Amino acid sequence: MAKVLVVTSGKGGVGKTTSTAALGAALAQGGESVVVVDFDVGLRNLDLVMGAERRVVFDLVNVIQGDAKLPQALIRDKRLDNLALLPASQTRDKDALTPEGVERVIGELRERFDWVICDSPAGIEKGATLAMRHADAAVVVTNPEVSSVRDSDRIIGLLDAKTEKAEKGERMEKHLLLTRYDASRADRGEMLKTDDVLEILSIPLLGIIPESEEVLRSSNLGTPVTLGNPLCAAGRAYRDAARRLKGETVPMILPNERRGLFAKLFGRRVA
Amino acid sequence: MRRWLTLFGRRGSAPVARERLQILLAHERAMTGNADLLATIQQEILAVIERHVTVDRDKVQIKLERGDPVSTLEVDIEIPTPLGAAPAPRQSASG
Repeated sequence: MAKVLVVTSGKGGVGKTTSTAALGAALAQGGESVVVVDFDVGLRNLDLVMGAERRVVFDLVNVIQGDAKLPQALIRDKRLDNLALLPASQTRDKDALTPEGVERVIGELRERFDWVICDSPAGIEKGATLAMRHADAAVVVTNPEVSSVRDSDRIIGLLDAKTEKAEKGERMEKHLLLTRYDASRADRGEMLKTDDVLEILSIPLLGIIPESEEVLRSSNLGTPVTLGNPLCAAGRAYRDAARRLKGETVPMILPNERRGLFAKLFGRRVA
Repeated sequence: MRRWLTLFGRRGSAPVARERLQILLAHERAMTGNADLLATIQQEILAVIERHVTVDRDKVQIKLERGDPVSTLEVDIEIPTPLGAAPAPRQSASG
């Protein structure tokens, strides 16, 4: 039974695309067949983060408008053959997405994959509401920062009102993914703590992703962070989150970025 | 510091990012105004072939690799063998 996930946040720049790529790749590494779908029509970036930007021929809008068949638009990952990408269009705008078209494409993807992960655009407009529309579960990506938490709260409201599940009176499954977390700053009282965010948003925690240099390095290289350096704390936190999505119980460890001896000795001054 | 990192074999990832962006943006800027070029090319190629044989549109695969200095477009069309023209299956020697 396929599961459709939406990765959403309201606010831009909190890590939706990074998280979509990382969770998708981690689930695929675990043997599941996965498609990641870019809903950010006009400003696509999931192709870049996945390292597939040179291979985009057709996109979601082409499939919706009938210019291409779904299999023609799917780009198979070069590292994992059970991982695919459905890119967004770069040249259209969000009006090119129709509710009926999105419903048909999501339905077709459900038949082909175990997991359909929709990378929502920022905002609360048409693109974001269509990305969440047919989801079975939502991953709400939040930074421990006031404007991100506020926007996440707004998105949680939309998930409970504007989705197919909500309209049928069913409960939308929601998970909080806290990204760019700096444990030492939270300890020093300079950053909202996990418990603060959880108390405010009151949805269950899927994972805590530490602030990590490896995330920028991965996007530079076009490799999902879970497929990069296996010692990377962010990659590990995403892999644990992916296992929790599958229903496994994985203890939540507050990850500290593994640092070399040099960095440990000289602390922040080195970086 | 950078030289130290290089000495330890950890080349920065930024040059890769720079190169990827340069190639991608060169292609995207060139595409302005004919965004549906690939869809058009595909339809025209298929139209030519369909004048002669029946093509199952689900059995058409198109692959693109944007590169510098050249890109490659690969159109893979499965053309069914016409009925009657197929060679008769060979008799099995052991049968």
